[in-house]
Amino acid sequence: MSGRVLVGVKRVIDYAVKIRVKPDHSGVVTEGVKHSMNPFCEIAVEEAVKMKEKKLIKEVVAVSCGPQQVQETIRTALAMGADRGIHVEVSAKEYESLGPLQVSKILAALAKKEEAQLIILGKQAIDGDCNQTGQMTAALLDWPQGTFASEVTLEAGHVKVVREIDGGLETIKINTPAVLTADLRLNTPRYATLPNIMKAKKKKIANVKPADLGVELASKLQVLRVDEPPQREAGVKVESVDDLVGKLKEAGRI
Amino acid sequence: MSLNRIINSKSFDIGKSLLAFNLRYNGKFVPHPPQYRCFRTQARSLAYAKDLFLGQINKAEVFPYPEIGNEELEELNQFVAPVEKFFNENVDSKKIDEDAKIPSETLDGLKELGLFGMQVPEEYGGLGLSNTMYARLGEITALDGSIAVTLAAHQAIGLKGILIAGTDAQKEKYLPKLASGEHVAAFCLTEPGSGSDAASVTTRATLSEDGTHYLLNGSKMWISNGGFADIMTVFAKTEVVDQEGVKKDKMTAFLVERAFGGITSGLAEDKMGIRGSNTCEVVYDNVPVPLENVIGEVGGGFKVAMNILNSGRFSMGSSGAGMMKKLIEMTAEYATTRKQFNKKLSEFGMIQEKFALMATNAFVMESMAYLTAGMMDRPGVPDCSLEAAIVKVFSSEGSWICVSEALQVLGGLGFTKNYAYERYLRDCRILLIFEGTNEILRMYIALTGMQYAGKILTGKINFTTACLSVADHNVFKTPTVLSSSQDSALKLEQNVYLFGSAVESVLYRYGKSIVDEQLVLKRVADVIINLFAMTAVLSRASRSISIGLRNHDHEVLLANTFCAEAFFKNNYMMTQLQKHAPENNDASIKKIAEQILEKRAYVCAHPLDRTF
Repeated sequence: MSGRVLVGVKRVIDYAVKIRVKPDHSGVVTEGVKHSMNPFCEIAVEEAVKMKEKKLIKEVVAVSCGPQQVQETIRTALAMGADRGIHVEVSAKEYESLGPLQVSKILAALAKKEEAQLIILGKQAIDGDCNQTGQMTAALLDWPQGTFASEVTLEAGHVKVVREIDGGLETIKINTPAVLTADLRLNTPRYATLPNIMKAKKKKIANVKPADLGVELASKLQVLRVDEPPQREAGVKVESVDDLVGKLKEAGRI
Repeated sequence: MSLNRIINSKSFDIGKSLLAFNLRYNGKFVPHPPQYRCFRTQARSLAYAKDLFLGQINKAEVFPYPEIGNEELEELNQFVAPVEKFFNENVDSKKIDEDAKIPSETLDGLKELGLFGMQVPEEYGGLGLSNTMYARLGEITALDGSIAVTLAAHQAIGLKGILIAGTDAQKEKYLPKLASGEHVAAFCLTEPGSGSDAASVTTRATLSEDGTHYLLNGSKMWISNGGFADIMTVFAKTEVVDQEGVKKDKMTAFLVERAFGGITSGLAEDKMGIRGSNTCEVVYDNVPVPLENVIGEVGGGFKVAMNILNSGRFSMGSSGAGMMKKLIEMTAEYATTRKQFNKKLSEFGMIQEKFALMATNAFVMESMAYLTAGMMDRPGVPDCSLEAAIVKVFSSEGSWICVSEALQVLGGLGFTKNYAYERYLRDCRILLIFEGTNEILRMYIALTGMQYAGKILTGKINFTTACLSVADHNVFKTPTVLSSSQDSALKLEQNVYLFGSAVESVLYRYGKSIVDEQLVLKRVADVIINLFAMTAVLSRASRSISIGLRNHDHEVLLANTFCAEAFFKNNYMMTQLQKHAPENNDASIKKIAEQILEKRAYVCAHPLDRTF
């Protein structure tokens, strides 16, 4: 096994920022807004770096798809301990329609090219909330998947994954190569310390085009309109169960 | 502008007579319309603020506004992200304030982040940041006053001596552990008997009998990090023999390790603000200090001390601005949601005025801090001590006033400990006191500038081949400042020009005794502070327009508003500087103070007293 882990990282609007919808309702305002690495991607990077520190794997490669700015995010991953980065160049226009299906095709192609042993992704991105990329990537590669991982143990030839599911926790054993997606409680990501950021400057980021990987970026989905969620209205207190039933009928809920 | 005419006429009369004296002395006749000004060309005209005292604007020094390269900017933004994250997630300022202690996990986190060695060169394990980058990170560390002061006491002054005056051996020995935070540094100058009067320290270092080391004896007070610092820069008097063989007591800077033994730290002071920062007395009892631990020259300690203090001051501007920007956000959230009289607070004029004040002050502080940092980062060794002092005075007072106004917006809520305002206010108060009290710095600003002006002006009396030249009146003729700020640029020009003549007339009136005229010097300092501020905002706004930065119109608005206010304030102060100006109350003020201090109490009879 190559001992190489591919980690996907996505540049998203910072979680603390108040999101505002563009006046033309075509999307959200991203100009001049603070961006950072998707929190679940941070957890994914942390897990990969921990594996390398335990000498279970040899190399961590951070990958991101998007325009020039995503290089910042790759650099943060390098500062956290990744060895090198791959920037899949996607123009700003194409990036608007880039979704999980295209990204998973790119990741699948890269995994084959880099002969990766594992792909670790965040379970979902906090902007799209799709929760699809990991699963699609595994399907395209025909690899097993360990999603919503809250604990990962890498052993020779396979991985033990404890998954957070609705009913509780599920432990599965899957063969490598495999795709894992990180859930919140997998670990606590480290801060990219300033000395490490300086060291990361020397690490390489390779540029790749989707065409070089043989991936078509055309999307079959089109965003029609983006709106803010409706304002939360005040509630009404009722005196009895009959009143409650009456009010619910009035509102057309039953 | 009748005010200006009065100023012009009086100053010009004096100026003319000065020039006339000069020309008669030289025995040469040179036509001298009032605008002619004499100056000597100097090898290093790197001073900007100093030349304002001569009524001269050194355009090239401050236009265009200093920039950093794209790569540096990217790197800087990369640095900012984890530090901000750390402060948002791992710093509980309320708890630090209540417990009067920074938790060791927080300190460890700061050390790991690399924040203890920001300006230590990379080869010694630090980050080697420029002054500009250091200022930028200072905006974030300022979010918690105690942490900001702990970090500053360690690196801006504590270990700075090694950086600027240390030998290679000293650097190699001490810097790596200081950069990683394994050792913490402190700056030990102040004593119970010597605060502002730094040269009067009584701590002594006597050479041992065998001449291999010094023995340090004395006590220092108000030492930040004094309770746990491992490495201290201590200033003590040593006996030196000067060229004529006379024995004198001069101050020397020493690198003292706690490990040398004989050092005891007192109890931590219970302070009004920055309560998490450790401040205490440190006593030295026959502490052996090896000869090689002298920093700089024996007897050259005062200069080392002043250089250290001058080099760290400018960052108060960016710290203040960082804090103000956060406060504006917090306060605006409140003002735009709270309603009284069926209107949002943000719709009332007096509340709006407060926000304008906060924004303008933050803008000026930022502009001045980064202008100074940019000047200091230029190759060569530019002397920006004057500018740094100006930044410190403005930022400390600006922050104090603005935090108070922000608290006022929240009314009663601002007064409670449930909100951060009262803590920011308490933390801010020290800014006017430490790193050189604002009173001392005003004296420094005024006197340094006037000394420089005086030298040049007396120079023209002694200089036989007097070089006269027309003062570059229309400094802004060529578009250095773009049209939207042209008006403000003219105001600045006018102010500077009048300032030059005001300085000249004051020097002429008082001569050497100007040193004792504090109220006059205070006004001079206030004017120059405003002038530098105006320069900074105009320079920044011009750059923003010319490169099309986001919201540059707002910047122009801020710049113009500040310049307009400062212009009138300056004119008033310069009027007060006039001889026998009715606007000047100084004589009465002094009399009142005399009578009160003589009786050491309020002197008036009670209003209800009777005489019969």
